[in-house]
Amino acid sequence: MLYIYMLCYDVDFGHMEAISLISAPKYPEKQVGYIVTSSLLNENHDFLRMVINTVRNDIIGRNETFQCLALTRVGNIGGREFAESLAPDVQRLLISSSCRPLVRKKAGLCLLRLYRKNVDVVNIDGWSDRMAQLLDERDLGVLTSVMSLFIALVSNNTEAYWNCLPKCVKILERLARNQDVPQEYTYYGIPSPWLQVKTVRALQYFPTIEDPNTRRSLFEVLQRILMGTDVVKYVNKNNASHAVMHLDPEKEMMSQCVALLGKFISVREPNIRYLGLENMTRMLLVADVQDIIKRHQAQIITSLKDPDISIRRRALDLLYAMCDITNAKDIAEELLQYLSTADFAMREELALKAAILAEKFAPDLSWYVDVNLQLIDKAGDFVSDDIWYRVVQFVTNNEDLQPYAAGKARDYLDKLALHETMVKVSAYILGEYSHLLARRPGCSPKEIFAIINDKLSTVSPPTIAILLSTYAEILMHTQPPDPELQEQVWAIFRKYESYIDVEIQQRAVEYFALSRKGAALVDISAEMPKFPERQSALLKKAEDTEVDSAEQSAIKLGSQQQMSNALVVTDQHPPSASVPVSQPGPVKVPSQNLEGSSPDQGMAKVNGTVDKIDTQPVPSADLLGDLLGPLAIEGPPGTTPSEEQNPISGYEASSNSTDALALSTITEESDSVQPIGNVADRFHALCLKDSGVPYEEDPYIQSHHGRLVLFMGNKNTSPFVSVRALILPPAHLKMELSMVPETIPPRAQVQWPLEVVNLRASRDVAVLDFSYKFGTIAVNIKLRLPAVLNKFLQPISVSAEEFFPQWKSLSGPPLKLQEVVRGVKPMPIPELANLFTNLQLAVTPGLDTNPNNLVASTTFFSDSTKAMLCLIRIETDPSDRTQLRLKELIKEYMISVPTASPVPTPSPAQLQRQPPPVGDPNDPGAMLAGLL
Amino acid sequence: MINFVLLFSRQGKVRLTKWYSPYSQKERSKVIRELSGAILSRGPKLCKFVEWRGCKVVYRRYASLYFCMCIDSEDNELEILEIIHFFVEILDRYFGSVCELDLIFNFHKAYYILDEILIAGELQESSKKTIARLIAAQDSLVETAKEQANSISNVIAQATK
Repeated sequence: MLYIYMLCYDVDFGHMEAISLISAPKYPEKQVGYIVTSSLLNENHDFLRMVINTVRNDIIGRNETFQCLALTRVGNIGGREFAESLAPDVQRLLISSSCRPLVRKKAGLCLLRLYRKNVDVVNIDGWSDRMAQLLDERDLGVLTSVMSLFIALVSNNTEAYWNCLPKCVKILERLARNQDVPQEYTYYGIPSPWLQVKTVRALQYFPTIEDPNTRRSLFEVLQRILMGTDVVKYVNKNNASHAVMHLDPEKEMMSQCVALLGKFISVREPNIRYLGLENMTRMLLVADVQDIIKRHQAQIITSLKDPDISIRRRALDLLYAMCDITNAKDIAEELLQYLSTADFAMREELALKAAILAEKFAPDLSWYVDVNLQLIDKAGDFVSDDIWYRVVQFVTNNEDLQPYAAGKARDYLDKLALHETMVKVSAYILGEYSHLLARRPGCSPKEIFAIINDKLSTVSPPTIAILLSTYAEILMHTQPPDPELQEQVWAIFRKYESYIDVEIQQRAVEYFALSRKGAALVDISAEMPKFPERQSALLKKAEDTEVDSAEQSAIKLGSQQQMSNALVVTDQHPPSASVPVSQPGPVKVPSQNLEGSSPDQGMAKVNGTVDKIDTQPVPSADLLGDLLGPLAIEGPPGTTPSEEQNPISGYEASSNSTDALALSTITEESDSVQPIGNVADRFHALCLKDSGVPYEEDPYIQSHHGRLVLFMGNKNTSPFVSVRALILPPAHLKMELSMVPETIPPRAQVQWPLEVVNLRASRDVAVLDFSYKFGTIAVNIKLRLPAVLNKFLQPISVSAEEFFPQWKSLSGPPLKLQEVVRGVKPMPIPELANLFTNLQLAVTPGLDTNPNNLVASTTFFSDSTKAMLCLIRIETDPSDRTQLRLKELIKEYMISVPTASPVPTPSPAQLQRQPPPVGDPNDPGAMLAGLL
Repeated sequence: MINFVLLFSRQGKVRLTKWYSPYSQKERSKVIRELSGAILSRGPKLCKFVEWRGCKVVYRRYASLYFCMCIDSEDNELEILEIIHFFVEILDRYFGSVCELDLIFNFHKAYYILDEILIAGELQESSKKTIARLIAAQDSLVETAKEQANSISNVIAQATK
């Protein structure tokens, strides 16, 4: 039967017979029974329950051979139930001195198996002493098994097994000096290599040894192993490097080790080369050996061209890890070159890595753009959207870069065969910035249009949409309008007005209508505002793909630190900024979250199943605390003061900062023109992460209609049941939540789209009442949704000529309001401006001659009113501020509003004065009253 | 730890499997299919490690047989490579220059030997002598049981005559 099975046929008969064989009294029958069950069934099979008893009888029985059979079987397929019922017996066997080593070593591994299935079987307190005893064992077979068990125990709990450390060193010493090792355990001249590897591995789990004696002897031993490692006899080498990496930085040894690895990677034998590369990568993560490894850079790059994909992968990893500012340029170029020849399986990873490197270490920005454009050109299919979004983002945020990028894009468009992604980027960049190159030859709007239009016929719908936007932009930038060009563009718009894709159709219609209006177009399709800086999606992706293992959790922490450092570096790159957009807040928060949560995850991993239950969110209070923690602390500076003023509960504070965060993710929307449709894609979900329940919100609001997608992810292993979500909307918002599923399956994420319509202005906030059950624990959470008033604002910049007439035309309440606020924490003007930008109010510098005043404007959308212009002026009194230092800053908010423009979250203490409407005679009074 | 051990011939026919982590029947055949494809297509000069689904597969070829072991990504590959070789040496010693046919006809023996070397995906014994001794002891047990059975049936046969 087993034979049938081995030929890969499904065997689902005869299991019963096999089980009855186990209980047979004769050895051969029993043997066959055991072997059949252990290879046919897996540990979750129902039949196995029936045999527990028989197996137990065998284990506690007198017959040694039966004991062996039973132990082997349990060791190979024992499941959780076995662990519960058999563990004590197995333990007894392992430590009993009357058994032969044969039985004991089996018992050791059997226990390991049971331990893996159920960590509770081994009582930590008692076992550290016993382990120490067991490690004194003379028989190497038993020692090998015990060491495996020991590794598993130690990896879960290093502290408890401190006393075993010297023993390990002693074992290693014994092996390395070849003392007292029976002949039969030497394998090709090396005394039991496996045990050596295992011991060294166990040592890794301990931090640096303090006892100088032990340390010295360990050092000696390792030295010996390293020295004795001949390139040909390679069994041991891996071993040694493993060890060194977890020892303290004995500088000399490190360099020795790297030198050795260097030798490895230049050897012809592929196995060794593979290992050399892999270990170098590992060492890089732990220690400061970059300089030494750099010497081998050329060699590593050669490995990148190896015929073996495994080796190529390793080389790539290593290159990625060893990259820093000094060699980034070389490496990135190398990667690009390689990209064109690499095979398909690797290209995506390669492209991603190259892009990240370029971003992380870019010596200057134009280089960054170069690299990325080349990347897209060469590996278009494999470049994910994130990469090119990021490029566009970069270009938009750096004015110096814009002409350069536009020129580059133009050059690329001259090529004949062009990848679609490239078309997208080029079209986008040219649309926005082609006017900057208008003076160069071959770059007049008409010519650019012609080039882009060539591509139109060959691309897919999403790209067509982008191209249409580009045309509109080109048209807009052509001043004075060129009738011929206009005609051509209009023809295209008209053609697409009946296109099958709704998005394209809509764009075509809208652009057409807009371009007819002439001057209005200029306002609407003004340059994209800068994107708020945030953590690169790429880096995040890279982190996601990183595989974390128990062994590397510590290492990972370190590398994450590096990553966030790198982040900060990139953040500083955009040097020019007419409006100070710098937003340390939002950037910091995600990374903070990441750092905060990943150690947790790491811990959970290390502790394996023990902690699984504990880390789940039992009391909701804790949960709230967790949610609050990272956010409240790291909230954007602009909002912090106001939060302090809020005498509300802590939780509200946290959702306040959530709001502030949400603000930053909304970059630009207008109801008619949307330069690209990917705004939603770019949102970094704001994560309020907790190890148990993460909430991710992804708001996207356009004029007075909004859409909010709630992501509910269950990161636990068991499902959430009876999930309920209720929305308690305030009077001014109409909200519709789509169906909420009853359960969230484990490790799954569900999305709930939420439609929001703003009826009128108000400062109330919608609340999401969300509850679920996890096991027997019911959790109920109230979350404030980030659908606040400022989400329905859209910044608009107003020139002085427009501003003052309107301002003056408004007089007296209810439309014009003026309030004097006292007792507010002083806030410097730039910070205030910053805050305003976040709140979707466009700050217009230079409008007011007094530098202590701030003028801003925005448009407000709601269902009951049309778009309304809101003007705001703030006057601060510098003398007062200096006098009273801490508290007494006087602010005046003069808000000239058609309806109402509150400064929602941070303004509870601010007074507002609202002047009457300009052109929109829309019942503002009531709203204002409601507001104040 | 070792997740599974797999032996297959150059034609992709499976000769021996041993699973230390729970895989359902379906997964098992899928794994076998995928891996044998991936490994058989590799040339002889390439290295003996393949990354596969977050694990590493270490393999070694002996004549027409491939021995594969799948390990976690942080395990030591060389160690496993040597375990494979060690296993083969023991098989060799037991069968006296082992060949594929030995494994086909005496597959249960191969299982016993493997059980003596590995338990729960870890190495349990690294001495060839010990293992040989144990296997021999098992064989003699089986022999005596058989003889007993024979003699009983002989007795019965004679008695019924």
